[in-house]
Amino acid sequence: MACIYVVPIHAVSQFWREPLEAGIQKAFGIESRFAGNWPIDLPRAYDKTRNQYNSSDILLQLISAPLTGAGKILGVAEVDLFIPILTFVFGEAQLDGIGSVVSSHRLENKFYGLPDDRALLVDRLIKESIHELGHTFGLLHCMTPACVLNSSTYMEDIDQKSAEFCSGCLHDLRPRLQDFQSGKGIR
Amino acid sequence: MKPSDIGILIVDDEASVRDALGKWFKFDGYRVETAEDANTALQKLQNSAWDIVLLDIKMPGIDGIELQRRIKQIDKNIITIMITAFASVDTSIQALKEGAFDYIIKPVDPDDMSHLIRNAVEQRRLLSENMQMRCQIEEISFSDDIVGESPGLEKVMEKVATVAPTDSTVMIRGESGTGKELIARSIHINSNRRYFPIITINCGAYTEGLLESELFGHEKGAFTGALYRRRGKLEMADKGTIFLDEIGNIGIKMQMDLLRVIETKQFTRLGGDRVVNVDFRVVCATNKDLESAVRDGSFREDLYYRLNVFSIVLPSLRERKTDIPILARYFVKKYAQSMNKNVTNLTPETLDLLARYEWPGNVRELRNVIERAMVGVRGSIIELKDMSFPFTPAAAVASGDDVSLEDVEKSHIQKILERTGGNIAQAASLLKISRLTLYNKIEKYQLKKM
Repeated sequence: MACIYVVPIHAVSQFWREPLEAGIQKAFGIESRFAGNWPIDLPRAYDKTRNQYNSSDILLQLISAPLTGAGKILGVAEVDLFIPILTFVFGEAQLDGIGSVVSSHRLENKFYGLPDDRALLVDRLIKESIHELGHTFGLLHCMTPACVLNSSTYMEDIDQKSAEFCSGCLHDLRPRLQDFQSGKGIR
Repeated sequence: MKPSDIGILIVDDEASVRDALGKWFKFDGYRVETAEDANTALQKLQNSAWDIVLLDIKMPGIDGIELQRRIKQIDKNIITIMITAFASVDTSIQALKEGAFDYIIKPVDPDDMSHLIRNAVEQRRLLSENMQMRCQIEEISFSDDIVGESPGLEKVMEKVATVAPTDSTVMIRGESGTGKELIARSIHINSNRRYFPIITINCGAYTEGLLESELFGHEKGAFTGALYRRRGKLEMADKGTIFLDEIGNIGIKMQMDLLRVIETKQFTRLGGDRVVNVDFRVVCATNKDLESAVRDGSFREDLYYRLNVFSIVLPSLRERKTDIPILARYFVKKYAQSMNKNVTNLTPETLDLLARYEWPGNVRELRNVIERAMVGVRGSIIELKDMSFPFTPAAAVASGDDVSLEDVEKSHIQKILERTGGNIAQAASLLKISRLTLYNKIEKYQLKKM
């Protein structure tokens, strides 16, 4: 049975692991597995002029040699991610593909000079992970403000939306989940 | 407009920028393609329709500035957004001057990018909407209620087509209900002023003082009750057309004021001293015999000549009887839609009755008669029993028997013209009317000058 692999990328702390896996299970009804020893060359993705990490490069490494049975892969990093045209990204995913990556870097309160709030960080990380994984199931950004697939360009946007799909997105997601669970999603 | 209706073309020689931007927009549901250089972009622009083009300023070969010029030649309404590095902000400003919607400096904040694209999409939507509305205006220009195929109407429409694109003052003559305002609107809509307002003022509906205030506006306190400054109709018609209906009904003082403002395109509001400059075209209408009014001194001759630059005389409905069935069916269709009734036609007997009636109220009267019939009709065809004339059907003329006053006039003028061998001065003298009036009658009745 296909599953979603959660891959920590040079992550020092993994306090988010259990709530994230539970969140994925709730959103997609699919089992997630933790893959702690995935070989990711993080320095390769480092851009010293920007002091940031190229998320597309990390994504490429994640999908280059997927584990057997990995229907979807979610990389979780702590470093600041970017794509060439934008100043930063919270995460990146392949549309209707296998891989996705998120970063907790800009989800932490301390990045904005606010008091640390671990529960809030986990909440944001779950939303962004479901959001990026939703794209791997072929879902596009949604205009419904509370939908997890609503586009977030600010951290405040993430806090405003829920960790759930709206009815429209859920309608689009269901047949894709059925395909995935019946094995069509396994690459 | 759904995101999938919007096509975004990304032109950049850097693959990473193309890929990243392309992916970013695809997640929002836009139709996205990329091009690595200007030539590929131009090929894609020729092959399909694009709404927004993001283009890098610095590219090998044709650069972004030149590419933008070529894009604007293909479709000046395509939204162009320049992608630049800090070093080429000056060039971006040049691009803005040449029609770029905006520019982004790499790397751009995701939120700024989202806002920029949303604004670009909105701009494109407004441009499309504007173009559609212009097309609709042009489509309706000759259609709205000006219906018929008679030679008399065709001649009028030819005149409208001739005079509309010019800026000449037009005098529309015709009996009440012949559609003088529709012709005025048609002139405006087919003129270069069509995207500006046409302001109508019924000169006969106001006292002289009120008409002055309506036309020129007034300053606060100009007279008792002038609590606020108010713009007049002439100011409202700036860059557009002022339609002066029932021009023959204005008083002598107003005629003088109007002559001055038509000649100078300047006036002052009542109670004000600031000169207001306006740019308007004058179209006026009357059903009065202005020539007689000029002769008896009740209408200024100089104003008459200033207004009567180009004259259009509308035939009465009885002069275009062949249009009656067409108009009747047109009004049936129109009211069937607005009243949500399944009425499609009129019986031959009904049409015959309509054709025999004299229609003193012209097209307006016919429209009202059809509207009344449409209210009461039960079936899908209007029958004789559904008709109720404001004048008794006895007013309908048995063809060939009774003759109208106009027919008598027409026949008499023709006889006099024949007798004088087409000598206008002699004929006018015999008829005891001015030469100008005679010319107008000849045009109105389409008489032969011999």
